Amino acid sequence: MKRILFLFLSSTVMLLAQTPSGDEILKKVDRNMVTENKILISRMVIHGRRENRTIEAKSWQRHTNEAFTEYLAPPREQGTKMLKLKDNLWTYSPSTDRIIMISGHMLRQSVMGSDLSYEDMMEDPHLPNLYSAKVIGEEIFHERQCWILELLAKKEDIAYYRRQIWVDKSRFIALKENLYAKSGMLLKTMDIREVIEVQQHWIAKSVLYKDVLKDGEGTEFFVDAIVLDAAISDYLFSKAALKK
Amino acid sequence: MIKFLFKGLLRDRSRSLFPVLIVAAGVVLTVFLHAWINGAWTSVIQSTAHYSTGHVRVMTKAYSKEKDQRPNDLALLGIDTLMAELRHTFPDMLWTPRITFGGLLDIPDSNRETRVQSPISGLSVDLLTQGSPEWKILNIRNAIVRGRPIQNRNEMLISEELAQRLGIQPGQIATLISSTMNGSMATANFTIAGTILFGVGAMDRGAVIADFADMQQVLDMQQGAGEILGFFPDDFYHEDRATILTSTFNNQYQNSSNQFAPIMAYLRNDSGLSDYLDLISLFSNVIMGVFLFAMSIVLWNAGLTGSLRRYGEMGVRLAIGEEKGHIYRSMITESLMVGFAGSLIGTSIGLAFAYYMQVKGFNIGGMLRNNSIMIDNIVRAQVTPLSYFVGFLPGMLATVCGTALSGVGIYKRQTSQLFKELET
Repeated sequence: MKRILFLFLSSTVMLLAQTPSGDEILKKVDRNMVTENKILISRMVIHGRRENRTIEAKSWQRHTNEAFTEYLAPPREQGTKMLKLKDNLWTYSPSTDRIIMISGHMLRQSVMGSDLSYEDMMEDPHLPNLYSAKVIGEEIFHERQCWILELLAKKEDIAYYRRQIWVDKSRFIALKENLYAKSGMLLKTMDIREVIEVQQHWIAKSVLYKDVLKDGEGTEFFVDAIVLDAAISDYLFSKAALKK
Repeated sequence: MIKFLFKGLLRDRSRSLFPVLIVAAGVVLTVFLHAWINGAWTSVIQSTAHYSTGHVRVMTKAYSKEKDQRPNDLALLGIDTLMAELRHTFPDMLWTPRITFGGLLDIPDSNRETRVQSPISGLSVDLLTQGSPEWKILNIRNAIVRGRPIQNRNEMLISEELAQRLGIQPGQIATLISSTMNGSMATANFTIAGTILFGVGAMDRGAVIADFADMQQVLDMQQGAGEILGFFPDDFYHEDRATILTSTFNNQYQNSSNQFAPIMAYLRNDSGLSDYLDLISLFSNVIMGVFLFAMSIVLWNAGLTGSLRRYGEMGVRLAIGEEKGHIYRSMITESLMVGFAGSLIGTSIGLAFAYYMQVKGFNIGGMLRNNSIMIDNIVRAQVTPLSYFVGFLPGMLATVCGTALSGVGIYKRQTSQLFKELET
């Protein structure tokens, strides 16, 4: 009996020793997902209540908090540009030839009618800066062994107070995410359908975002091309580039 | 007999003056309150119809479920066909499409950077089509404070209050930031043609009026409209006709499971005013009831006083053989005369007050600062044919009830005791 108890306790201790803490997992996810500079061409397929729309864009991202995006299609959106510099976001539309700052309640508006908001775009991608994490379970998701992490916000003024993420144990990429308000209400879900490896980083190639409070089938986001650690001109991250 | 009683009333003023004055006072109150409530309510209905729901409104089934949010993503599409159908089926109505939108008005500085922004509540109406009924419905020409009405594409009118707040003059450019029907950000430059003041607090705080075709383009709603409003040509809301019209139209689409099929609603149900309408009706009845009750009590008292004073007279009349029922009926006839005279005087004075308030009105703008009800800032009484009669029923009933109650005493008099009573 003592031997059985010893074996049980020692195996439990060994298992616990093998499972890293939530914060450690989150740091590894952060190291995998966040890259310094990147250029990507993407497609958003928005499944609305009436029709599906496809938006194409090219983005240049630097230091995780600076981004320049130019919309390529459809014709109505072509030439619309967005510039994010730290906490500020500007948009330029060729029809008005005006640069307009997006702030206040406008940040909660949807981006191009998708299930993503400008606030989502402005979020600091370094999750360990915003959340403390703990492992609450394990599950096989999309045929991958995953840890289920619960993230609780470290500060009050944050769009999603609580998150649940399913982290691929070997590739350290979040394959599924549920985003909650402080009240506990589920606000958005994210489901990564396809993952690719680019320069030793696992990148989501196809993601389904769903704003739970909105009708429709959600927004599919596809990365059509991506270059990591690309050289990007400083000029792009200035308001002057918006009107170019 | 009536002439005899009438002479008696005139000669003995203590029998008529006080009751007539009381009835007149009550009738003045009734007539005036009726006209006042009528005026206020007509104003609410007209403003709601003009600026919000029309007398009837066509929208998609999905839109109607979320109509308070004015969801343009659920708007009607292919409106040319629908408008043609409505004009063909209901040729007596005026049909006009509208789009309601929200957003920000951004005023640039000399470097075309944002100088100031303000949230706005926008209404796009057909102003550039020849013969559009909107000019009359919204009374736009009379609402212009500065500048001129919209005459060209890409022009807008903004409320005077908003223009003051933003420090913008007619002729300047403003950028509208809104959402397309697909949810994308929509931006468009407009020239401020003029400023407007409708005198309706809910509109004057931050309203923007733009041409319908312009907004179709800006909001990516080609061939689309949030709603199509229908108005009766005389601009009065006829609920019975609106109900028939609505059910006739809706029967065509009753079996359609398409959430974007059109559906019609009439003002009373559509605007959320039905509860208010019922409440106002109840309120009017309560006022009449309270008045009737109070007047009856007062006139009963007056009748009792009169009866005491006329105690001897009644005794003599009974003693000389007049029937109790005859005396009672003659008193009731007297009270009808008093009631008629009081009602006539009260109605005349009440109507005079009501006409005065119909012309002058009363400014309640200060009380409506944060109100979203569509009502003119100046509330006026409205005299209708009913105003001429509304005071007569309670005026006559109160006197009759009062006399009927106090006159019961006649039947309690014992003939055998009369001479004894009269001797003392």
